Amino acid sequence: MDENIYVHKKVKSLVFQVLSPKMIKDMASAKIVTPELYDKEGYPVDGGLMDIRLGVIDPGLKCKTCGSKLKECVGHFGYIELARPIIHLNFVGVIQLLLNSTCRECSRILIPQEKLDEHKQDVERVEKQSSGGSFRRKAVKELLTDLKSVSKCPHCKAKQGKITLEKPTTFLESEKRISPVEIRTRMEKIPDDDVQLFGISPKAFRPEWAVLTILPIPPVTMRPSITLESGERSEDDLTHKMGDIVRINQRLFENINAGAPEIIIEDLWDLLQYHITTFFDNDVAQLPPARHRSGQPLKTISERIKSKEGRIRHNLAGKRTNFSARTVISPDPNILISEVGVPLIMAMKLTVPEKVTEWNAAYLKKFIETGPDKYPGANYIVRPDGKKKKITDETKEASLEELQPGYAVERHLMNGDIAIFNRQPSLHRMSMMCHRVRVLPGRTFRLNPAVCHPYNADFDGDEMNLHIPQTEEARVEAETLMEVQSQLISPRYGLSVIGCTQDALAGNYSLTKDFRMGREEAVQLLSSVGVTHMHALGSKETVDGLQIFSAMLPPDFNFTGKSRNGDPFVVKNGKVMEGKIDKGIIGEESGVMLREYHRQYGAKAAIDLIDRLFHLGINVLDRIGFSVSLYDIDLPPEARSRIQQVLDKAYVQVDQMIVSFRDGSLEVFPGRTMAETLELRILEILNKARNETGKVVNEFGIKNTDILNMVNSGARGNLLNLAQMAACVGQQAMRGKRIEKGYRGRTLPHFRMHDLRPAARGFIRDGFKGGLLPHEFFFIAITGRDSLMDTALRTPKSGYLYRRLANAMQDLKVEYDMTVRDASKKIVQFQYGEDGIDVAKSEYGKLNVARMVEK
Amino acid sequence: MSDPEDKLPKSVLDEARKELPKNASEKHVKEVMQRIYQEYLKAMVEPGEAVGLVSAESIGEPGTQMTLNTFHYAGVAEMNVTLGLPRIMEILDGKRQIATPMMEIYLQSPYNKGKDIRKVAQSFKEIRLKDVAAEFLITPDLNIDIVFHQENMKNLGITPAGVLKGLKGIKGSTIREKSDGLSIKPKNKEGGLNDVYQLKEKLKDSYIKGIKGITQVLPVKRENEFVVITAGSSLKEVLQHPDVDTERTICNDIFEIAAVLGIEAARQAIINEVFKVIDSQGLNVDVRHIMLVADTMCSTGGIKGITRYGVVSDKSSVLARASFETPINHIIDASLVGERDHLTSVVENVMLNQPVPVGTGLPGLVTKVKK
Repeated sequence: MDENIYVHKKVKSLVFQVLSPKMIKDMASAKIVTPELYDKEGYPVDGGLMDIRLGVIDPGLKCKTCGSKLKECVGHFGYIELARPIIHLNFVGVIQLLLNSTCRECSRILIPQEKLDEHKQDVERVEKQSSGGSFRRKAVKELLTDLKSVSKCPHCKAKQGKITLEKPTTFLESEKRISPVEIRTRMEKIPDDDVQLFGISPKAFRPEWAVLTILPIPPVTMRPSITLESGERSEDDLTHKMGDIVRINQRLFENINAGAPEIIIEDLWDLLQYHITTFFDNDVAQLPPARHRSGQPLKTISERIKSKEGRIRHNLAGKRTNFSARTVISPDPNILISEVGVPLIMAMKLTVPEKVTEWNAAYLKKFIETGPDKYPGANYIVRPDGKKKKITDETKEASLEELQPGYAVERHLMNGDIAIFNRQPSLHRMSMMCHRVRVLPGRTFRLNPAVCHPYNADFDGDEMNLHIPQTEEARVEAETLMEVQSQLISPRYGLSVIGCTQDALAGNYSLTKDFRMGREEAVQLLSSVGVTHMHALGSKETVDGLQIFSAMLPPDFNFTGKSRNGDPFVVKNGKVMEGKIDKGIIGEESGVMLREYHRQYGAKAAIDLIDRLFHLGINVLDRIGFSVSLYDIDLPPEARSRIQQVLDKAYVQVDQMIVSFRDGSLEVFPGRTMAETLELRILEILNKARNETGKVVNEFGIKNTDILNMVNSGARGNLLNLAQMAACVGQQAMRGKRIEKGYRGRTLPHFRMHDLRPAARGFIRDGFKGGLLPHEFFFIAITGRDSLMDTALRTPKSGYLYRRLANAMQDLKVEYDMTVRDASKKIVQFQYGEDGIDVAKSEYGKLNVARMVEK
Repeated sequence: MSDPEDKLPKSVLDEARKELPKNASEKHVKEVMQRIYQEYLKAMVEPGEAVGLVSAESIGEPGTQMTLNTFHYAGVAEMNVTLGLPRIMEILDGKRQIATPMMEIYLQSPYNKGKDIRKVAQSFKEIRLKDVAAEFLITPDLNIDIVFHQENMKNLGITPAGVLKGLKGIKGSTIREKSDGLSIKPKNKEGGLNDVYQLKEKLKDSYIKGIKGITQVLPVKRENEFVVITAGSSLKEVLQHPDVDTERTICNDIFEIAAVLGIEAARQAIINEVFKVIDSQGLNVDVRHIMLVADTMCSTGGIKGITRYGVVSDKSSVLARASFETPINHIIDASLVGERDHLTSVVENVMLNQPVPVGTGLPGLVTKVKK
């Protein structure tokens, strides 16, 4: 297979320079002289903007410069000679600096001969100090600011007029306009040595190049025209703009040659300047943007490069990809966490190239025989030279014949193939993980609900993307670095991102709460989860939940931790001795036991455990049932009156407080006004009252309901939610204050003006179960809308912060000497995080020293 | 192998010493240290790890979960402080003017036990004339009469003489003391009522006593000592106050800390402040990530914000800078000096479809090519 010798070229560095007029001419393959595009036959005019020497955009034509066809020819530049010099918009700043700091007569830098060396050293120093380009330019510019006010040239003693810039491109000396011709001659006269003193390299940029005498014409391939359905040609914005430039330039030439009056020439010159300026940037503050006939501004060079939709961010830093798919996701707890369910129709479009060898030829031929329309088949064969051949019923036979080692077969996606699964926004590395394919019927991607958390996915219509790596290297990297189990421990805080959630948590929690079961049934339960060793169950006829749970753990597992309610949770030799299994033990983002298990038995074992725990929890709930009803939040009459008492008392307290506020006897907190103090005190009283109602609910509420199981296991909801349903919703706060806005002096028309009592300022006395009064409903709607707005405003803000952070830190990495350095090898940290510990390998950000000492 | 104790970071060693029983034998200690060292090696970062991106992700991802517009109101006796996303942005942007400057002033014994706490606290506060005056009057002959608020004067411990001293700076006027206040006679009354009125407004804000910039003080009990919390900050002057515990007193203005205590202190302040915000939101982010951000901001010796003018403009790669913001300016500037981009960071190589030099993209394989 020696035909596979690849030549790998690597770009080692890029240099940025300004095109000199000579360079522009040398690299051009055509001189453009006429604004006309096509002749009567629709054939591009020679010397026009669509000259076929500039590249081909029509199928069938051949490039006159390089002889290649469409898509092969990358295009070639042309040029036009400008009748008069024109200032390049992007170099106006440099021109201004140079004009200001050089002599108006002799064009030397306005620094006395004897001080030149000193200045040279200054510039060199500044350049050494700052690595970043724009930073350096600013620093060099600062060195030269004084030169603006020099009134006499130290070299030729000429008087120096004041130079101002009339934006965007006109320069004035002592209120009189300097023509670009004059500017150009001044620039030409600046010696190379002096240019260097401006921190400018004369090799990369000679000052006079900032004033254009010749303009490159970009190849047609970067401004293709489109043929409309009507057969009419529609030209690109850039072509339009250049048409303007060429037309005005021609007219300027003609007028100059004809000896037209100065005014007309000046006018045309200015117009040319305008067109060339907008050719580079159509978004200059002082100029009206050049527009289409429809009034929509033209997209010229700057607009093509700039911003999110521009070349750099849209096309260069972001790429498109083949072999990917996207569809709605739906849950499937019966597939493994590390699997992804792929619809059959997708599996028949997405392919994996497999290289043919002597040993697998027969195996691969079977796919070709099956063809593209039956699963599992193959869609293409790839010849060693990279040419693809489609497999159809007609070509099948020929393909089979042709196939030999060195070929590759693009076969359908099959179970066990590697795929990268992703959900946007991809905020952290767990947003792209590698899963094993599981081909399933239907039209949606299926994923285990346990991986929802790292993707931040739910099933209310979310869509996700799937990518199929196409080379061996890519597959290996995806498998070893991105597979779900390798991403278990979050690099953000060092705990497992995947754990039990929702009903899986509630189920496991139920197990540890007075749970008994016949031995036989327990064996059934465990086998349905995939456990085969039943020794943990003991020999008695009935087993309890802890024993069932222990059956999941290996016999040498030891662990001590705390449940969410603070009770100890102890595992000794693979047996749970005491404690409740809740979110703090096996939950996502907090499961301490999961972290320890991961450390002792490794990633694969940990994900297996989570898989089994998940099934166990669900199966337990399946058996014992789980339902929630209104009855669960019923309170006895006694409790209800207690709640009313608590609230009444708070209301009275608040009333007293308001009275003392009105007569001015309220004791003021230091550093606050009396009104502020009142608000704070009222908030305090009301919050206390609400918390008290919560306590009453806890005390009198019905115990042992599934709703409480749900809350205590950490599956969903909290005690506050419960109290809000059963007893009292509480104060609605906006921006940390009670609700004040609305009508003048009051919140709603239900109240009198300046009513400060709780009900008038957003305190909701009723519970959700009892039902809200109309005004209470309004208050909760107010805070609801406020929080919606908050989310809507926050997302772009935090997104931008993230983008800036990522851009600023993307080049920081750990070097072989364990220092953290940036791309220019500047040290940022001598040791990562001051101790060199990787958070993703730590236990909650630390080394568990205590455990190591004990062992 | 050399002694593992030399190779373990200090934080781990300290903890190990704390956990080890006092009477542990030397052999046992050695054994434990060896064990810790083994685990430490396992937990170390691998060379090539893109720690910068991991940190950016770790701070950026929970950013979406942070609240906007949060002002801290938790306790009754707390100051209003910007928290949440706005505060993080403020710190990372490197804003010089922060929304709510604040100080926590720790006091020296006996004041930290509560002795004269109100009085000590008041001594920090900036007092202006309007704080001690009950009335400002413009008399018909265009004099300004100021009537003192006796109670406030007493509370703040200010004598009429003190007020007079503070007002010395008012130029061109003669000040006369009266029984219950002051009478000020502007030197030239040509300007008429307008000028006198302006003078009156100026007088209201004239500084009398205390530390400039501190607008509110609040003594608070923290655990078992008293601390003064202030709105507004002036670290330099507060640290010169004789009753202040200079070691623990701190403010939340990063730039002020950098100016007074130096860049290392500012770095620590960034870490503390950012961590405080993230922690108060109940989010879980390891300090190491925040440390790395703080270090990038401070590595040049001054504080640079994570903006196009700060850290990003300092990048060595032209393309990396251009891919962030204002690409055209960056490219033009680069072309003037003939800058060379050595393609040593991530984005440039993404642009050119080349492997990025982090992680597995770092090592290369050297082999002889068969001709």
